[in-house]
Amino acid sequence: MSSSPTLASRLKGRSELGVVLLLGAAGALVIADAARIVTPYSQSDPVGPKTLPFIVGGLLLVCAVFLAVNVLRGGQGEAEGGEDVDLTHPADWKTVLPLMGAFIANILLIDWAGWVISGTILFWGSVWALGGRNYIRDGLISVAMSLLTFYGFYLGLGINLPAGLLEGIL
Amino acid sequence: MDVFSSLMDGFATALTPLNFMYAVIGVILGTAVGVLPGLGPAMTVALLLPVTYALEPTSAFIMFAGIYYGGMYGGSTTSILLNTPGESSSVVTAIEGNKMAKAGRAAQALATAAIGSFVAGTIGTALLALCAPIVVDFAVSLGAPSYFAIMVLALLAVTAVLGSSRLRGFASLGLGLAIGLVGLDVVTGQARLTFGVPLLADGLDIVVVAVAIFAVGEALWVAAHLRRNPLQVIPVGRPWMGKQDWKRSWKPWLRGTAFGFPFGALPAGGAEIPTFLSYVTEKRLSKHPEEFGKGAIEGVAGPEAANNAAAAGTLTPMLALGLPTNATAAVMLAAFTQYGIQPGPQLFESEGPLVWALIASLFIGNLLLLVINLPLAPMWAKLLQIPRPYLYAGILFFATLGAYSVNLQAFDLALLLALGALGFMMRRFGLPVLPLILGVILGPRLEKQLRQTLQLSAGDPAGLFSEPIAVVIYIIVAIILLWPLLFKLIRRNRPAAVPAGMPSTGSGTVPPTEAGGSGGGGSHRADATPGGDGDA
Repeated sequence: MSSSPTLASRLKGRSELGVVLLLGAAGALVIADAARIVTPYSQSDPVGPKTLPFIVGGLLLVCAVFLAVNVLRGGQGEAEGGEDVDLTHPADWKTVLPLMGAFIANILLIDWAGWVISGTILFWGSVWALGGRNYIRDGLISVAMSLLTFYGFYLGLGINLPAGLLEGIL
Repeated sequence: MDVFSSLMDGFATALTPLNFMYAVIGVILGTAVGVLPGLGPAMTVALLLPVTYALEPTSAFIMFAGIYYGGMYGGSTTSILLNTPGESSSVVTAIEGNKMAKAGRAAQALATAAIGSFVAGTIGTALLALCAPIVVDFAVSLGAPSYFAIMVLALLAVTAVLGSSRLRGFASLGLGLAIGLVGLDVVTGQARLTFGVPLLADGLDIVVVAVAIFAVGEALWVAAHLRRNPLQVIPVGRPWMGKQDWKRSWKPWLRGTAFGFPFGALPAGGAEIPTFLSYVTEKRLSKHPEEFGKGAIEGVAGPEAANNAAAAGTLTPMLALGLPTNATAAVMLAAFTQYGIQPGPQLFESEGPLVWALIASLFIGNLLLLVINLPLAPMWAKLLQIPRPYLYAGILFFATLGAYSVNLQAFDLALLLALGALGFMMRRFGLPVLPLILGVILGPRLEKQLRQTLQLSAGDPAGLFSEPIAVVIYIIVAIILLWPLLFKLIRRNRPAAVPAGMPSTGSGTVPPTEAGGSGGGGSHRADATPGGDGDA
């Protein structure tokens, strides 16, 4: 609208440009990766392994450009609603970050400490992050869930989840 | 009578005590997740993919089918009692359904939704059993060029027709296709997008991708915007309908079915358009138009029937061509590949007993849903009060378990988190998730068909147009892509004539409105067959 908007004012509230960056980076990556492949031309495979990556990379780059134009002109993606979603307040990072913390703890611990321990931490940590404050009940449910899934997967599906530190006890 | 005898064999398989038990588990689980906020049938089937290691394919698919139909039932319960539809297909049901519930007619709204779903589901499944073999007969004669064209059509149609922003749909599709590229190229063995990480050489496991996008992304997204003051659930007794309600419901059920099935069977699939069309039609035909907006029973009966008939219709291209057009069908297709079963027209040939048992189980599941759900509605309503921390912690817990159990490596969990963050971002910025999932699943198959096509034509791009069906499909694709332009042109030339409305699907098989509604099965079939053939 204004004749000489500064770059900063144009970027304000346009976090969707992050999506543009992601699409652009993904497109560039796909094309760069495909360009590095060397294959001799083969009669039995005239298309080769590079064609589709070039098309996909191109699609991503074109989308990035169009989306950038769209966003700078004031276009906005519609955030997804749902039964438990209240879009009137901004994203609550105090919930999301601890939740991701519990998830990462599980990734780091699962192979060493075993599923029963890491799963308990995951469930208990997630409940805590989401606002559960009944520590004892939450803890009991977490342990029960981990143990049940451990034995359920072992007996029901024949999948041995790692026992880790509790090897020999379980 | 070949269809009939195959179907009877299917019933024999599906009614063995073990398989019947899985059908019961499936419908109960499906209804529960349909009712529960944040969970849907696609996510549930994705979370249950690990059972494919232990169960017979037939039992697993019978259970998945139960979840698929059950999720539809549960979804309507939520939208009637809460007025916040969980899935886009039950948006329309919520309009009148919630008004009815607020006016003290929740029991009738739930009853017409449940019985209408049963009627539509049963007719839809019958049409599926009739149409799918016809589509297969037609499809087996097609070569690689036509298949390539059909897959292009399915991807573009889902991307361009559904959702509110085509641009964001294509962005999502591009990301999905890129994810599908990861791994060793099947033909040449060249590594693509693996960055030298050996664990990526086999590609990203579809279980991990689906669970990440559907479950982890959703849980993180809801966590970021969790409602602080819980929604009011309208209390409900046992659903029932009076004589007047029956009289006003049965025609909308049949008309809804006639809308739903053909749209479901088209490659653009989706239940949004037919439920919307059904609502508009019922509003126009109703003898009580003044009740619309205040809780008209026709406005629940029609769209709910359309929703369920579309669900049955979607299975036609899924089983006959290997083309999924909604999220749950896409994940079910992933389950086929987990078992090493090749989806496509050969499926009826190579896995006949499995397919017919699956179709038979749909009939059984439908009946079970009616029998189980009418008395249990008050119990399902209670499920809405589950403490949210447990619900979403549970989703993350089972998502982790499902992804980890594929290869038992922590690396998959890191991928799960990264893709879950992608799913979060997509929900934040309005990128639809369905094109991404279809891109991941169909991308590799699309590439295979493209390479076969050009191998046959010795590298000549004209080979893409060597089959008449392929040419026809490319014309449809062009119309879909150019539709917004054409629409603008028409509007400019005739400014007043065209009201801004829903964009039609490109192939334009809008079923004629049955004014009388009493046409019965014959006219439904007449509507549906061109729809079923149209996508082949």
